[in-house]
Amino acid sequence: MTIASLTIDDIRAGLLSRRFSAVELTTEALRFAQAENPKTGAYLRFSPERALDAALRVDQSLARGEDPGPLAGVPVAVKDVILTKGLTTTCGSKLLAGYVPPYDATAVIRLEEAGGIILGKTNCDEFAMGSSNENSAFGPVRNPVALDRVPGGSSGGSAAAVAQGTAVVALGSDTGGSIRQPASFCGVVGVTPTYGRVSRYGLTAFASSLDHIGPFARNVKDAATLLRVIAGRDPRDSTSAGAPVPDYPALLGGGLKGLKLGLPREYLKDLGSEVGDLISRGVDVFKRLGCEVREMSLPATGYAIPCYYIIATAEASSNLARFDGVRYTFRSASSETLSDMYRNTRGEGFGAECKRRIMLGTYVLSHGYYDAYYLKAQKVRTLIARDFARAFEDVDAIVAPVSPFPAFKLGEKMDDPLAMYLSDIYTITGSLAGIPCMSVPCGKTAGGLPVGMQLLTTHFSEPAMFRLAGAFEEAGGLN
Amino acid sequence: MRITEKEVRYVAGLANLTLDDAEVARFRADLDGILEHMDKLNEVDTAGVEPMAQVLFDRAAGLRQDKVETPLGSDAALANAPQRGPGYFKVPKVVER
Repeated sequence: MTIASLTIDDIRAGLLSRRFSAVELTTEALRFAQAENPKTGAYLRFSPERALDAALRVDQSLARGEDPGPLAGVPVAVKDVILTKGLTTTCGSKLLAGYVPPYDATAVIRLEEAGGIILGKTNCDEFAMGSSNENSAFGPVRNPVALDRVPGGSSGGSAAAVAQGTAVVALGSDTGGSIRQPASFCGVVGVTPTYGRVSRYGLTAFASSLDHIGPFARNVKDAATLLRVIAGRDPRDSTSAGAPVPDYPALLGGGLKGLKLGLPREYLKDLGSEVGDLISRGVDVFKRLGCEVREMSLPATGYAIPCYYIIATAEASSNLARFDGVRYTFRSASSETLSDMYRNTRGEGFGAECKRRIMLGTYVLSHGYYDAYYLKAQKVRTLIARDFARAFEDVDAIVAPVSPFPAFKLGEKMDDPLAMYLSDIYTITGSLAGIPCMSVPCGKTAGGLPVGMQLLTTHFSEPAMFRLAGAFEEAGGLN
Repeated sequence: MRITEKEVRYVAGLANLTLDDAEVARFRADLDGILEHMDKLNEVDTAGVEPMAQVLFDRAAGLRQDKVETPLGSDAALANAPQRGPGYFKVPKVVER
């Protein structure tokens, strides 16, 4: 069995036909992942005991003739901002080195109940702040497709593990593109579901009005299967949506004839590059599949970056206030008074990007600036959401790039934070509106770097989004 | 210039962050550039537009039932504390006797 290219269906078939047991598969998956991991550093740590316990439970339920669950025996990687009871969770931060959570995130509970096997925790930008995974206190991750390049961020480790084949699927988190952009850079499928579709209980909060948990996979059906397992109402997250969860994988298939796709003018005008050409060829595939494609406009797009970086940093400055040296592992050694302890712990503990965002967020919320920045940004957010609402009166989905460029070299963009922020332009608009969006592989550049195409639909229309992505994949993408 | 080093130090105080002089200089320059970009929002006419604080209020699950559940327990809650005593977090002295 070749671990690196397994699908959820392969694993299910293998287990049900007794070709291998879950314990055998997990043992081999752990061996392979631990042997391959040094190339990329995708995983920060492995959890062999927990994985083998979970595998044993799958084998026992198979032996009893029970259905072992939709993720039975599936090796899963979990981003290190998502809490795992008894398994160290650091959020990529020195402040949480050695932190052992006392409870599991709801998404983790659900995937283990479905038979999923957590192999370990994946590296990420510190507190999910970054677009390259270079902001982790525990070192960067290398892109498995090109080891001198970044995997994207902030869920860089999860994307890299799935691309490298050291996990079949993975959980990531997305606030402004942190699932879609690394999926694009690593050539895998990455899904940001509707805001509230997946409980955030146990996800370390970055910007609460924008944070999502979502899946990575090597194909659309596996991503749909994982989303179906983790989605749904959770009494522990009052923002989780009550809408019933459709059977996403079962709804795949069926033609695309007559579906209307929109191409936002604002996204295409700056895109003269190889990425733009690949996206146009992707759009041609949809035309061949019977979709009607029309240009449309999302006029507030030009204001999305400032809007997002005001709201996200304001919320982050508040959410990260809890890391003060009282409750969570790290405390500065050199403090006489309580207030010095807070300041020194945070000054020594946070990396540069977190500090920059905390400063920006504190500034825009401070006396005299609240109306000018924060309130203004919230109003502009309304306009961005209205753009999408209006667009979806005319089209079923929007096709867009994920990132203006493919994976860049390690260190290449670290000196210019604003340039890094500006590269989030195509992903943050969907995040601000809270609509489902995903990245699906759309060919490679001449240099062999993967490029993702983004599909966006309206709230709770994941089935339509998956249907488009699935048909695109089945048509062979650009191949 | 949109922000001075003095303001950077003031904001760092509000945020409970100790910054060294090099960081103050670096963040002043960074924030200056970023805030300049943010001023672009002033071009947008938002008269009569409601601010958006949340995405799905009406379709969210709402509050859970108000019934007693087993809490985490103080041992679990204290387990990761840098310093603790029996049932409490220890911190440096807050009040002079």
